[in-house]
Amino acid sequence: MPSIKINGRDIEVEEGLTVLQACEEAGVEIPRFCYHERLSIAGNCRMCLVEMEPSPKPIASCAMPINDGMVIHTDTDLVKKAREGVMEFLLINHPLDCPICDQGGECDLQDQAMGYGLDKSRFLESKRAVKNKYLGPLVSTIMTRCIHCTRCIRFAQEIAGVPELGATGRGENMEVGTYVEKALSSELSGNLVDLCPVGALTSKPYEFKARSWELVKTQSIDVFDAMGSNIRIDSRGSEVMRVLPRINNSINEEWISDKTRHACDGLGRQRLDRPYVRRNGKLEEESWDGVLSVIAEKMINTSPKRMAAIAGDLVDCESLVSLKDLMQTLGCNNLDCRQDSGAFGNPRSSYIFNSGIKGIDRADVILLIGCNPRWEAPVLNARIRKQYLNGAIIGVIGPEFDLTFPFEHLSPDLKEIKNMLEHPSEFSDKLAKARRPMLVLGSGALAREDGEAILGAARDLAERVNIVNSEWNGFNVLQRAASRVGGLDLGFVPKTNKDLGTREILRAAEKKEIDVIYLLGSDEIEMDRLGDAFVIYQGHHGDAGAHRADAILPGAAYTEKNGTYVNLEGRCQRALRAVFPPGEAKEDWAIIRALSERIGKKLPFDNLLQVRERMSEVNPIFSNVNKISEASWGEFGSRGEIKDSEFIQPIENFYMTDVISRASATMAECTEVALAKKEKAA
Amino acid sequence: MNKVIDGEMGLDSFSFSSQNKDLAEVEIAKYPEGRKASAVMPLLELAQRQNGGWLSRAAMDYVAETLDMPFIKVYEVATFYTMYNLKKVGKFHVQVCTNLPCWLRGSDQVVDACKNQLNISFGETSEDAMFTLTEVECLGACVNAPMMQVNDDYYEDLNEVSTKSILSELASGNSPKPGSQIDRKSCEPIGGLTSLIQQSKEAIESK
Ligand code: SF4
Ligand code: FES
Ligand code: FES
Repeated sequence: MPSIKINGRDIEVEEGLTVLQACEEAGVEIPRFCYHERLSIAGNCRMCLVEMEPSPKPIASCAMPINDGMVIHTDTDLVKKAREGVMEFLLINHPLDCPICDQGGECDLQDQAMGYGLDKSRFLESKRAVKNKYLGPLVSTIMTRCIHCTRCIRFAQEIAGVPELGATGRGENMEVGTYVEKALSSELSGNLVDLCPVGALTSKPYEFKARSWELVKTQSIDVFDAMGSNIRIDSRGSEVMRVLPRINNSINEEWISDKTRHACDGLGRQRLDRPYVRRNGKLEEESWDGVLSVIAEKMINTSPKRMAAIAGDLVDCESLVSLKDLMQTLGCNNLDCRQDSGAFGNPRSSYIFNSGIKGIDRADVILLIGCNPRWEAPVLNARIRKQYLNGAIIGVIGPEFDLTFPFEHLSPDLKEIKNMLEHPSEFSDKLAKARRPMLVLGSGALAREDGEAILGAARDLAERVNIVNSEWNGFNVLQRAASRVGGLDLGFVPKTNKDLGTREILRAAEKKEIDVIYLLGSDEIEMDRLGDAFVIYQGHHGDAGAHRADAILPGAAYTEKNGTYVNLEGRCQRALRAVFPPGEAKEDWAIIRALSERIGKKLPFDNLLQVRERMSEVNPIFSNVNKISEASWGEFGSRGEIKDSEFIQPIENFYMTDVISRASATMAECTEVALAKKEKAA
Repeated sequence: MNKVIDGEMGLDSFSFSSQNKDLAEVEIAKYPEGRKASAVMPLLELAQRQNGGWLSRAAMDYVAETLDMPFIKVYEVATFYTMYNLKKVGKFHVQVCTNLPCWLRGSDQVVDACKNQLNISFGETSEDAMFTLTEVECLGACVNAPMMQVNDDYYEDLNEVSTKSILSELASGNSPKPGSQIDRKSCEPIGGLTSLIQQSKEAIESK
């Protein structure tokens, strides 16, 4: 390990670091604008200058690799003077509009100008002004503020895989933009706003809404896909103002998708803020007391065989365990947390992303089966792309999508899995020869009628080509619903073959064999198939479920409760409450607990701690918070035939997949832009 | 130099003539496999020539597609270099140097002559689409200053009269002689050699 001297202190650092990184390790902070640890090095802002002996001139530390015996100074007069010089140049053309700039208070330039800026300007000429650019409905631009760090350009090209941004013109006339006006075609465009070190790129939906210092910051977990991205919810009073990513290298690194970031305006619209009961075909407002008695009476007087419960995609594990316990004490096992009836098996490894999201960074051959990760988990897709850039080979079975990286399209037909199993192909050879082969099975494939067979075939293929061995398990299911893995872990599924799952519940309801259906945040099933059953809807938005409901229990959205979610890799994480539910709405597990008391089957827990103890009792993984619990390999899936049936895209529109994003005006706008783009291309 | 970032872009379709296709192949072949993008500048030049002296957006997109480059990367190159014209230019693109050596030697008169004769100012194109007048930085012919470039030719040692006559010749379809307009041989000193005379005599005699 090379040893270098920083400010008179000797330290040993890893080979291949840059001076800036080494300084960071030594605890010396270096100011910077263009350098970002997840982007390539540009070395164009010159803010990171340090002194290196015996060089007479300061060097850009972000672009200088370390060498054994290097002597670096970061605290000399020369360094200070050099940085002050750079800062003065940067400020020449930067407007002094901090009071009206959204970045104010969280601006790198503002912060660093405090350290290195002069208190007055010596520049008497006129500043340049740059026309603003249109980058779509999410990113607002004030390009006069741009300092040409090129972070946004590098992000679009390297991470998002949409090389649409660039710097045109030269010298004083250099401008960052798309040249030809258009919205960025990325599901990750919101991250540009975080990356921009100044206020040139700011969030359009959040524009002029709040100041960063008046927001309450809550660390939480995202629910718009199954990744469990770590987020920070910024709220003011009872309103969620914005959602930002938190760094978690094992999950989302520091990115989040545009839906995660910008669907939050949907939290304030179409909310269910009081209980309702349907009388004479019309929903009428009701008191908690009233609605609970109506439901309790119904449930007491219905045979458990003629009742069922379906849980939706955004539900927390606390409510799942509560509802499951309630239904089971009543003797009803017609439960399902899978609105799409996706196949799964008994060992946990059959429904999680076994390699872990971080495992993608080690995979060398990746086979994607029946999924579109770009829409089902955009941040995960960016990680696959990163691995593609590192040399991984990628193959796709199933429909073709623009995944932002090239791949071998092996077959549009899922039968190809069986083919590969029976007759080794070129690609299966590649898998077999790989060190860490990986298979990613989409939830859309598992949701088909022949999902069991697809699951079984994929499992066998995994064994055949060494995707699973003693050190590595690359068998990965790409779940889409935030509640899914948790629901399966808690056993929120039919207990035996005789009990009904979603598919059978709908069939039975159509035939009027079900009298009471409890929808826990479930809006994505075919409501017109519920027959004349009495439908109880518990949830937070007036969407499909509430429209069909006979009784409505207003619950809390993910930002309004302390909830547990298990992400697609099987990591149990806790979301924290940022704001209170609106009106009379309540935390969901408490609603179910209250109902159980009415029914006379009081659930044995009185507080969140006890609910969580109960969860750990059902499955010990719930005691293992923030970690991935071991999942053993085993037999699962069926050996049945994979049918010809056409693949059904689980997501038609990335921007609107659930009650919150469907209520969001921002997401509606994104949808419009995306549609217009599609039409233009067609 | 002000580059036009917006404005007329030209969306009509564009593709290389078969001759230019061959030339493009030659350029691309100069670079190793997978490094096609390196040929972007010569290809843009070909496109500009074929397109009547300027690069339409269609032409830039075509080059990008030919070289498997993102469009924006080609726009970046085309907007960076001043010799790529992103706006339509007239049949004759008159570029007058106004840098220091040319200015000291009277580029102001050349500029005035152009403006008066053509009735346009810098950055404009005459109504008959024959002339575009552009102010440029040093073109490297300072030794024969002042000078201007018309399409591919340099006209040097200009004054008001010679400038006007060149422009009228061009307008009437003739091709005025490029190079020095005062009968100077290439860039030798005016009035014959002033140094190295002895040596060259000896050299001649020894032959
Ligand atoms: S817009 Fe922001 S991120 Fe992009 S180059 Fe300018 S300052 Fe950097
Ligand atoms: S951070 Fe080193 S040059 Fe910008
Ligand atoms: S200054 Fe005019 S050509 Fe050099």
